[in-house]
Amino acid sequence: MVARAKRRAPARKKRARKSHHSLVKMPTGIEGFDEITSGGLPRGRTTLVLGGPGCGKSVFALQTLVRGAVDTQEASVFVAFEESAKQIVTNAAVFGWDLPSLERKKLFVLDARLSPDTVKTGEFDLIGLLRVLEAKVVELGATRIVFDGLDVLLTLLNDPTVEQREIYRIRDWLTRTGLTAIITQKVDGTDRYQFMHFMVDCVVLLKHSVMDGSAFRSLRVVKYRGSGFGADEFPILLTDEGMRLITRGPTELHYRVTNERVSSGLPRLDHMLRGGFHRGSNVLISGAPGTAKSTLCCLFAAAACARGERVLYVSFDEGADEIVRNVLSVGVRLAPYRKSGLLAMSSTRTRGPNIEEQFDALRALVRSHRTRCLVIDPLSALSSKMSHVASADAAQQFLDFLKSEGVTVVNTSLMDGPTLDEATATGISTIADTWIHVSYVVQDGERNRALTIVKSRGTGHSNQVRELKLADDGVTLADVFVAQGKVLMGVARWEWEQEERAAKKQSQVSTELKRLQLQLSQAEAAARLKVVQVEMEARSAEISLLAAATGQATELRVSDRAVLRKMRHADDDLRVTRKRRGPPEKGTPDGDGGGR
Amino acid sequence: MPARPALRSTLRLRLYVAGNAPNSVRAVANVRALCDEHFRGRHAIEIVDLLTEPQKALADGIIVTPTLLKLAPLPVQRVIGNLSDTASVLVMLNGR
Repeated sequence: MVARAKRRAPARKKRARKSHHSLVKMPTGIEGFDEITSGGLPRGRTTLVLGGPGCGKSVFALQTLVRGAVDTQEASVFVAFEESAKQIVTNAAVFGWDLPSLERKKLFVLDARLSPDTVKTGEFDLIGLLRVLEAKVVELGATRIVFDGLDVLLTLLNDPTVEQREIYRIRDWLTRTGLTAIITQKVDGTDRYQFMHFMVDCVVLLKHSVMDGSAFRSLRVVKYRGSGFGADEFPILLTDEGMRLITRGPTELHYRVTNERVSSGLPRLDHMLRGGFHRGSNVLISGAPGTAKSTLCCLFAAAACARGERVLYVSFDEGADEIVRNVLSVGVRLAPYRKSGLLAMSSTRTRGPNIEEQFDALRALVRSHRTRCLVIDPLSALSSKMSHVASADAAQQFLDFLKSEGVTVVNTSLMDGPTLDEATATGISTIADTWIHVSYVVQDGERNRALTIVKSRGTGHSNQVRELKLADDGVTLADVFVAQGKVLMGVARWEWEQEERAAKKQSQVSTELKRLQLQLSQAEAAARLKVVQVEMEARSAEISLLAAATGQATELRVSDRAVLRKMRHADDDLRVTRKRRGPPEKGTPDGDGGGR
Repeated sequence: MPARPALRSTLRLRLYVAGNAPNSVRAVANVRALCDEHFRGRHAIEIVDLLTEPQKALADGIIVTPTLLKLAPLPVQRVIGNLSDTASVLVMLNGR
């Protein structure tokens, strides 16, 4: 049967559509259940709800009737074989269901218990009961009916054959009246009522178990004639408003995504994250005790409040006043925001057996405070209880809820080891969009805090280790130095910085010296240039002087010659002419008329 | 001691049945036979058919049929079933 149901599951959607014409669903109003059954219980048919004591069978049945009365104005009849009508009203009040007001028009509760001293004097039947119920159904115009704890009455018959006869009598009556029915029954480990599985159209099995000391309720649809269904076991959550199933939610993750950044409250960290956390993302801060995880949370909270955003701070290991006082020591002031109401602080111990309930309470808080930024310190207080898959689902669902609401959340997680141990951060680290790890670095007799961004989805981020420094005047991130293969922090880093400073000073001085020296040689070169220039001028003066002297000498010679010619009476002229008109093979064309 | 007054006063019974259902028919026969045998002349039996008067069942808190109610002598007592277990029925009727 189980195998068959599982095989069916993937074809769920297709089948649901196909059977739509023949099968009408009746919503139960139980969140999650209507989802896994694609609409609720089969209308006009009978559903068997099985389970041990305290599983929530009656709650399942009653909630279906109450929601029917409230949501779709459907009247119904509740036949109680096990509990008194008064008890049922009291139980319903726990979930805020006002049965007395519903009872006037929409709901009839029949106390069908037999007093314990009732003597049985032979075989009996339910003909009279069904007749009475029919009258009531007609009177109210009821469409839904519940037989709660039918087995209590039937066991009195003390004869399986007769019991079976009466059950079939009910089945026939239900078929005739066309009511949508829920029959709840205890499972007693025998197959006494096995035949009922074949009689009804839908079988729902509820379970109540204790896992690691925590009560755990779950629901599984075993059979659903003519319809596909989610065949897995789903955790049940009992809240102030009734029963709810923890389903894995929509398989497709679809959120309104924004590129808006939210400050971490630490400017340097924002810079490392290229602008801060994404709005609506979830941030995990992990680290050993005392690594200032809470301080980082407070910085984030204070920054959000400073922007005027509503912040919810949930702490599981410190009181609200303690946190405010402690963080003031590093210059973070939360008190004014608390006073103005922007910041709500909730400090509780993780208590109660049920993790789903814790998440549900958180969800209510987030809503009621209209939270924009949320801190859960530490989330591992809850996650330590996540020993079974169902609870990890609850955490995932909670984070999905925050995402869909656009709430930016910073969680802390305790990790004892000095290094990242992925195993200790099961689940959360994979869900986290940004993971910041703070660790202790012990060196030279001191402990310092080293901050790294392990991952940050959708944003470039620094891969550098930074030293997280807490001081009276605030929290800062400082560079760490790597020298001789060692990361330097604290005093070592300070010393390194001092050395660096000295070295820098020294290099500054020598640079100046060098500059002066260069200046000097530059000046020398300039001086040399001047000397050469002057020399050049002197030389050219000399040259022109020389030229002038040569010209005068020539002129003198020419004029001297003229004087001489005159003195020789032109004798020379002939000689000169002859010489000029001499044989061509000896003379030059132009000759040297000028002579020398 | 309680047997004496019971014998002297009139026994008033009311039997809730469901029409001609086998258990109901049997119960009527059984209660009549018993009374005739043990309470001749000092008993009154009212038979209520829930098929025609379902409201009466609601008022009297009747769940199964047949149900026999002893109204007098007090205390009011009830048994369920078709009354074939005569011994049990007599115990109630005798107020013991």
